[in-house]
Amino acid sequence: MRASIQGRFGDRLILVAVVALAICWLAPIFWVIGLSFKPNDVIMKTTGGLLSPPFTLKNYTDIIATSAVFGWMLNSAIVATGQTLLTLALSTLAGYGFARTDFPGKRLVFVAVLAGLAVPEQAIIVPLHTMFAEANLHNTYFGLIAPRLAVPFGVFLMTQYFRGIPAEIEEAAMLDNASRFKIFLRIVLPLSIPAQATLGIYTFLHAWNEYFWPLVSATKPEMYTLTIGLAATQTNFAQTEGIGFLMAQAVFAGLPVLILYLFFQRHIVTAVSGGFAK
Amino acid sequence: MAEAAALSRPAGVVGRRTWANGLFVLPFFLTFLALMVLPLGVGMWLSFQDYDMLGGYGGSVGFENFTRLWEDKIFLRSVLNTVYFVCLSTPAFVALGLFLAISLNDTYRRSAVLRSIFFGSSVLSVTIVTLIWRLVYMPERGLLAVSAGAVGLSSPSFMTTESLAMPGIAIVTVWWIIGLPMMLFLAALQQIPREVYEAAALDNASRWTTLTRITLPSIRRTIVLVAVIEVILQFQIFGQVHLITNGGPNNATRPIVMFIYEAGFRDWSLGYAAAASQVLFVLMLAASFFQIWIGRSKQED
Repeated sequence: MRASIQGRFGDRLILVAVVALAICWLAPIFWVIGLSFKPNDVIMKTTGGLLSPPFTLKNYTDIIATSAVFGWMLNSAIVATGQTLLTLALSTLAGYGFARTDFPGKRLVFVAVLAGLAVPEQAIIVPLHTMFAEANLHNTYFGLIAPRLAVPFGVFLMTQYFRGIPAEIEEAAMLDNASRFKIFLRIVLPLSIPAQATLGIYTFLHAWNEYFWPLVSATKPEMYTLTIGLAATQTNFAQTEGIGFLMAQAVFAGLPVLILYLFFQRHIVTAVSGGFAK
Repeated sequence: MAEAAALSRPAGVVGRRTWANGLFVLPFFLTFLALMVLPLGVGMWLSFQDYDMLGGYGGSVGFENFTRLWEDKIFLRSVLNTVYFVCLSTPAFVALGLFLAISLNDTYRRSAVLRSIFFGSSVLSVTIVTLIWRLVYMPERGLLAVSAGAVGLSSPSFMTTESLAMPGIAIVTVWWIIGLPMMLFLAALQQIPREVYEAAALDNASRWTTLTRITLPSIRRTIVLVAVIEVILQFQIFGQVHLITNGGPNNATRPIVMFIYEAGFRDWSLGYAAAASQVLFVLMLAASFFQIWIGRSKQED
């Protein structure tokens, strides 16, 4: 149908432009993967012969032997998993409460929570850091996980979701005198799994990639997340003689996320863009 | 009786109004009070104090932190840099996002592949993105220099040239997260009914007419939405700059968030940093209200 509206020549031209752009998008990634297989002393002199020998796996064996990358990954996994599970629990409960139940002051509380969506992280990071320092929470997993639990995005998403599903089943259960919490656990929770998946993926990805808070909270190298560990290794980039090793670390850190992306692409796209569209 | 009660309830609500129902919301609300409302209040209080981690607490100083910011050349520069960056990146996100969405809005397999390529870089963390781009921008041995050299050109040194550093950062940012605007536009395009295009085809409307008379007006609300989201997101630029240029050359790329970071976590002047945070917050609110207002008034025309 589109072809009948739009000229064939124009279609070709647009396709060529988009493919050229796609090559620009991929080139930096392949460049870095290529360099990660080159010996460091060769890269120091020239990066011209990317596709010709010598190649080496030394940068990768060095990661296994010397890099702290595994420890950072473990920290990231703990923080991201903890944050995801807690966000899901808090948001699902609150979303149900706002969408389906009524209690005195509900409207006021909901408006206050919605207003929290407008507060950027940077507006509260200085006082938050002071509060966590007072409570000795820096360089702990709890300290890394907690701040984003207060972001109302998930509550908003779950409230919208619960408003969209029919209430008849719950009304029937109410007539059977089932307790409110039992209804939530047995009926509502299973129904909310699609929304939980969306919110869960979004939260995990955000926590895994988070930069500013772990930068100021995790100051001990053994508490670094993957993002902060990689940041620490590239601060003296200009002087480094181990560019190949740095690139191998980047590939090693980026590949798991990219592979997950290829598998769960549909869910990730819905999770990342779905929340904003509502 | 029961029916009357049911009618008076707000839509979607099941059961009676009880205090116990508040327990569903309580765990989140307490977290929200402790980790969002409280720090917001503490931050506002801090911005009126002379509070230095190294020099100690010097009492309330009224608006002094704000007047000091107003006279601080580096802070003013960081505000200008941030606005400049937002003005560079937001139109690029909207225009390129629209172009990609319109070009890839079909069911061909190749379009699906291209969509995943453009979205894929969004899942990477800022530290991986900066590692990649430092190797692109590296003088002489970077991808840009090598490819320019291969066709007999010399590429400018983006990260060390004052006038090119911020555009260079904007390119990195667009490369990183063009996926979000593209997907938002695609979702909007799919809401346009097919019949409208079929009618246009019957009228022999040209590609340009179809685009400007049908496609763009139908997704006007999404264009405003994407612009607002991007302004809010890009106002918070920090990681790319912190890792690639560290604010240089000659402060040309230092944004507000980096100023807050340096004042708060390098110089430990908490009151001063908190004051700068309030300015950022107000600027972001103002910018998004302004855009929503522009979007509204255009719709009324």
